[in-house]
Amino acid sequence: MSVLVYVEQADGKFKKSGFEAVSYAKAIADGQGTHLTAISIGNVGENELKELGKYGASKVLNVSSDQLKNFVNQAYASVIVEAAAKENADIVVLSNSFSGKGLAPRVAVKLKAGLVDGAVELPQTADGKFTVKKNAFSGKAFAVTELTSANKVIALNPNAFGTKESSVDAAIENFTPEVKSTDLAAIVKEIVRATDKISLPDAELVVSAGRGLKGPENWGMIEELANLLGAATACSKPVSDAGWRPHSEHVGQTGIAISPNLYIAIGISGAIQHLAGVSSSKVIVVINKDPEAPFFKVADYGIVGDAFEVVPKLIEALKAHKG
Amino acid sequence: MKILVCISNVPDTTTKITFTNDNTQFNTSGVQFIVNPYDEIALSRAIELCEGGKGTVTVINVGDSSTDPTIRKALAIGADDAVRINALPRDAYFTAYQIAEYAKTGDFNMILCGRESIDYNGAQVAAMVGEFLDIPSISIIKKLDYDGTTATLEREIEGGKEVVSVTGKFIASCAEGVAEPRIPNMRGIMSARTKSLQVVEAVEIAEVAKVVKFETPAPRGAVKQVPAEEAAKLIDLLHTEAKVI
Repeated sequence: MSVLVYVEQADGKFKKSGFEAVSYAKAIADGQGTHLTAISIGNVGENELKELGKYGASKVLNVSSDQLKNFVNQAYASVIVEAAAKENADIVVLSNSFSGKGLAPRVAVKLKAGLVDGAVELPQTADGKFTVKKNAFSGKAFAVTELTSANKVIALNPNAFGTKESSVDAAIENFTPEVKSTDLAAIVKEIVRATDKISLPDAELVVSAGRGLKGPENWGMIEELANLLGAATACSKPVSDAGWRPHSEHVGQTGIAISPNLYIAIGISGAIQHLAGVSSSKVIVVINKDPEAPFFKVADYGIVGDAFEVVPKLIEALKAHKG
Repeated sequence: MKILVCISNVPDTTTKITFTNDNTQFNTSGVQFIVNPYDEIALSRAIELCEGGKGTVTVINVGDSSTDPTIRKALAIGADDAVRINALPRDAYFTAYQIAEYAKTGDFNMILCGRESIDYNGAQVAAMVGEFLDIPSISIIKKLDYDGTTATLEREIEGGKEVVSVTGKFIASCAEGVAEPRIPNMRGIMSARTKSLQVVEAVEIAEVAKVVKFETPAPRGAVKQVPAEEAAKLIDLLHTEAKVI
């Protein structure tokens, strides 16, 4: 018995959410009295692989092949399951990222395992049951899910656990599993990644704006505020529907659900569908000129005022704060 | 061309979520059920691809007879026929298995569904069906083109997008951007009544997961108001009190 964690990488670097998954998996392994193996797929250098030890992986399986350079969920799932068999792992942990969502269910079916996707806490193992809490009803509730199968797969929500260092010296082992050609039927043609922007789903800080901004030409100050904070930008549904901002920025029930440490909502009234996507943010700031805006009811901090007056003041204050 | 679209019966997005039976069951009393909004996007794209006699769209739902109105709504939007697997969708693994078993009986070129259901927020079914059928699955797509043999899909990734091409059968889960959701018109609603809705019994499979309890989030404390003219104070509060910047 052991725990296996799959760590996502992009361009040879692990993601923060990957280190978070390792920290989480280490805590599970400790709870189970076993060790943690991490698996990395794609071309990652030795120094970067060693980093996984810092978060508790005592062994790292390094799958480095040109065939597997790009993420193809079908092939990656086969590799992870082979690694789980080799390591005698009965618990597999992944990140609940865009790629993780395509990967974890395939791993679960191969292992005949129950899957919790979007876990927000460590598993509880009282009275012989293995239960994990996850988000449900778009953030309006949590579902405590029992995994009744022998093998278990858990996909951790970004920012739910944080990174925790436990400085283990990771032993790196090259792993060269067989890959069936049918597992590579989906061909990655192109990857377009805006490198200068912070990715919204795993951002720690998010600045979001709505119809109160009056038009796309007014987003300059939102972007400036986000840049100063090191935050990602987001928007409400009416804004992406109107084409003021891309769909990928739409947070809410039919957009993406996020759980950053700080969510600043500017000129968004707080419709129930919008709140569903952001209510698990740790701290919520609402800036709206309507004191009756429903968003204030779920906010931690509020400013009743015109965005066009308040936001420049925040930008000034941040510049002063940064010195 | 034949397309299978998986639809889920979910509470309307404005529903106030409460639970009964010692927080073990979702309280459906007074709740309006709808076609899962993401599944509607998948269905709309399937209809677009099949328009003009290019193919047929079958919708599939796993549920008891209470989901029939939702299935009829999908038929009214424009699906050609429907199948209901007669069982409660107890978890994604079970649901995906039923869909995969049914899909084996028809020669579908592609299977589409929504990126996730808005009730349990599972995004599991598409990739599980793909694995059960041993075909490619592409999760969370924003665009889908199909030339009759090869599909070109745009998949969402953190901070960007990825273009994927698949030849042969596949399943994809759709997000915003794939199509504008269609609204049923009067003719659609009338014709939906007479379209075929086949009921198929479920295939048993061992249970792997179950929800044991629901919890509601702890209410937040009262909002701390900062006067607009002292907006700068907010930055201090976020730094020293909330400690998030």
